[in-house]
Amino acid sequence: MVVTELQQRMQESFKDNVDEEYLMDCMRCGFCLPACPTYLVTNKDEIHSPRGRIALMKGMRDGDVVWDGSVEESFDMCLGCRACEPACPAGVQYGVLLEETRVAIEQVKTKSVVEKAVRKSTFDGVFADQKKMAGAVKLVQFYQKSGLQTVTRKIGFLNLFPPFMKEMEAVLPAIESKKKRATPSEPKTTTVAFFTGCLMDTLFQETNRKTIELLESLGVDVMIPKEQQCCGALHGHSGELEKGLRNARTNVDAFDSDSFDFIVNNAGGCGAFLSEYEKHLQSDTAYAEKTTRFSRKMIDISSLLVKLGLNERLKEIQVESKAIVTYQDSCHLRNVNKVFLEPRTLLQDAPGFEYKELIDAGSCCGSAGIYNILQPEMAKKILDLKMKGVKELQPAKVVTSNPGCLMQMQVGIQREGLEKEMQAVHIVDFLYDAIYKNQN
Amino acid sequence: MKNSFLSIVGVENVKYSQAHMLAYSYDATANFQAMPDLVLSPRSTQEIVEIVKICAKEQIPIVPRGSGTNLAAGTVPTQGGIVLLFNNMSEILELDKENLTVTVQPGVITQDLSNYVESNGLFYPPDPSSMKISTIGGNVSENSGGLRGLKYGVTKDYVKALTVVTPAGEVMKLGGKLAKDVAGYDLLSLLVGSEGTLGVITEITLKLIPLPIAKKTGIAYFNSLEDAAETVSAIIANRIIPVTLEFMDKGTIGAVEDFMKIGLPREAEAMLLMEQDGNDKQVDEDIQKMIAIAKENGATSAILAASEEESDILKTGRRAALSALSRKRPTTILEDATVPRSEIAKMVKAIQEIALKHDLQISTFGHAGDGNLHPTCLTDVRDQEEMARVEKALEEIFQVAIELGGTITGEHGVGEMKAPYLEWKLGTVGMNLMRTIKQSIDPQNIMNPGKIFAKETKKRLVIHGGN
Ligand SMILES: Cc1cc2nc3c(=O)[nH]c(=O)nc-3n(C[C@H](O)[C@H](O)[C@H](O)COP(=O)(O)OP(=O)(O)OC[C@H]3O[C@@H](n4cnc5c(N)ncnc54)[C@H](O)[C@@H]3O)c2cc1C
Ligand code: SF4
Ligand code: SF4
Repeated sequence: MVVTELQQRMQESFKDNVDEEYLMDCMRCGFCLPACPTYLVTNKDEIHSPRGRIALMKGMRDGDVVWDGSVEESFDMCLGCRACEPACPAGVQYGVLLEETRVAIEQVKTKSVVEKAVRKSTFDGVFADQKKMAGAVKLVQFYQKSGLQTVTRKIGFLNLFPPFMKEMEAVLPAIESKKKRATPSEPKTTTVAFFTGCLMDTLFQETNRKTIELLESLGVDVMIPKEQQCCGALHGHSGELEKGLRNARTNVDAFDSDSFDFIVNNAGGCGAFLSEYEKHLQSDTAYAEKTTRFSRKMIDISSLLVKLGLNERLKEIQVESKAIVTYQDSCHLRNVNKVFLEPRTLLQDAPGFEYKELIDAGSCCGSAGIYNILQPEMAKKILDLKMKGVKELQPAKVVTSNPGCLMQMQVGIQREGLEKEMQAVHIVDFLYDAIYKNQN
Repeated sequence: MKNSFLSIVGVENVKYSQAHMLAYSYDATANFQAMPDLVLSPRSTQEIVEIVKICAKEQIPIVPRGSGTNLAAGTVPTQGGIVLLFNNMSEILELDKENLTVTVQPGVITQDLSNYVESNGLFYPPDPSSMKISTIGGNVSENSGGLRGLKYGVTKDYVKALTVVTPAGEVMKLGGKLAKDVAGYDLLSLLVGSEGTLGVITEITLKLIPLPIAKKTGIAYFNSLEDAAETVSAIIANRIIPVTLEFMDKGTIGAVEDFMKIGLPREAEAMLLMEQDGNDKQVDEDIQKMIAIAKENGATSAILAASEEESDILKTGRRAALSALSRKRPTTILEDATVPRSEIAKMVKAIQEIALKHDLQISTFGHAGDGNLHPTCLTDVRDQEEMARVEKALEEIFQVAIELGGTITGEHGVGEMKAPYLEWKLGTVGMNLMRTIKQSIDPQNIMNPGKIFAKETKKRLVIHGGN
């Protein structure tokens, strides 16, 4: 076998970046196989399983395989959903291994023009800086308001883009301009700093506004540190960990204050990365302590609402149950932060709905950051599988806890032609409506 | 060559990329790895016939592979060749409620089968700890056992009929749904546990029994291994055959507790998990009696699991023992030594002495009721000096097991890993007969070559302590 220079450099990069000790933790028992969505939708292909990917990482490191398309495909196909982690009895830190692998690849690989463009605009552009994000959103806003949206849809301008972008565009929420927040009168007992999230703060502004309102109505003083930035998860999961950590440090500084009890977020994907700042910055002496404080205060919106007693409030509102509501877990909220009971109890107590569990609610919907843009075929298969369960259940609302999942589920609903019968909604919007629409 | 296989199974069912070769180069066995040349996913018995015929003609090794969870290197393609998958043959074909049988393709996952028959009010008892992932084809080929083995037996007690493609590419049907059949040699039994060395199993009919109505779990902790072992003997002497009687030593208890945080007492030297099933009254009586016996034999605590959930947690804890232990060191080597149940205490003691002598970390858990123990060595393959000590220790463990009237494997099979020790158990006459059988069925040695039969037998050691 002729080993090219690229292959040699790739092996070196795996050696430098992928931790051998973590690789050795895998005992190859296969307990992770049934949890992995890519393994399941590829008719049980071992290269698309966690066990197979770990073997490939080790193979790259040890020089048992050389970098080629088949190896690359295996890593590219991983959703990073981390369903393999709770399934693994040996405690393999798959998330870390995947991040390290993507860094290893990123450092050596020359990327395709399309991927470069996507990466550049995502990692150095909008997601690097909240202001740029706001700018991008202004454009979208203009586009929606000006009637251009309707026109472009008609003339098929979007056919020029990959099919998935088109579907995504179709489900973008109508953006409202920032409204003044309501100021309820109750005495404040808890102070919370709100991590607004870049997508949440722009495309899903409405949801953020409702988040604040809900919290305030439960006696919370909500502060929004101005210097905060995108959490950096997308960078971290795509081999640009250093750029992700640049954002991390800014955020840790922005939220470093004794004046609040919790740092709350309402996007599962961000929440996981935020809570893992601790792990990533533990060797940075200037930041280790601050970061620990930061990560320990981090809480997701469902857990906080449960803590603040929203369940009781929901139970007080008596309305006859009419429709079915179900829940699609955000992978990272479930698999990394281990939050899955809280959102369910809230939905169970919500007036006007009957909660029913979605088949395999805990398995990934295929959104996974920008996975659905980079791997549209696989994402479609995974989403189709998900929609099978949804069709069986026929809910009126599919509740999610993450903007990516929200859009993905909405795409699924549209693909199936079900948009008249059901809707995908963010848990905050759902709860807000459950309270304010049903309250007299 | 590739093309003729391609035309049999279709392009989507042939894999030969570098990544695929690596991903099918291992199973759950530590320290074994070798690349195949091709990975095929046939869709029917007929396709397998055609594949095997080509392999017979060209002398290409065939390694059948279920989920690759075996712990004996049984699916590592050490001589290259074809890895044969059953992912396209994973259907439940028939549930026969009159004859109480279920007929399946080999790729069905054990847990799926179990759930399916239970939803029909029936019961398939063999439950290897790996049942969430293992296939029925793998279970039959390894003759797998499980937590319920003491009362209900192992896989072989449930195999009624098999369809097998022989190494010559002929289809052979063995057994049937009938309850009695003594026509000729028991070829069905020969195939069960044959680890893919005598043919490819393509269809399996299994016996089912009615689902027991009730089930209760008890748990007992001890300050000494002897007390736990005495309890096991006393339970059986009292004519109780529990469905489950599982053992964990101190090291295992600690590892499971670290992993699951279910409140196991780390200071206990040993723990027994006792379960009975059947009708309400009997279950209640038996479990109370077992708890009393444990107390009489020095249990520091012996109680009934408070609820179904608690008993499920405890069983899950026991099932996770191996993986929980594996968290401690980079490499985990699990053994499968089995002794008559009267010798359990001696065996566990001997294992502890051997670990001490070689300065190794070995914890033991297993099926106390049937004497099937899993001494588990925590080590690091990269440390050659330590690995040499591990090998010595394992040899001594096998040796003691055989001296105590036991065997080198109770349920995991021989594979390539334990092949060098098989003669210790079978003797030269037994080995020669087995070789003759293999030769006459598979004269070209294409079916999973290198497994069960080793090039060389390990020399036995001088007798040492433990007796
Ligand atoms: C954590 C863990 C716990 C375990 N617990 C238990 C336990 O409690 N009890 C127990 O008995 N085992 C246990 N095992 C071992 C293993 O799971 C079993 O041996 C299981 O039956 C293997 O099933 P598989 O589908 O993975 O088969 P594989 O590992 O893929 O194959 C096993 C053998 O069967 C052959 N084979 C597979 N399918 C066919 C076929 N269709 N035709 C012919 N040959 C075939 C293979 O060539 C190989 O020799 C455990 C393993 C792990 C990792
Ligand atoms: S479950 Fe964990 S230890 Fe087992 S194969 Fe998967 S990653 Fe490895
Ligand atoms: S992260 Fe998700 S897709 Fe990737 S290996 Fe784990 S379970 Fe599979």
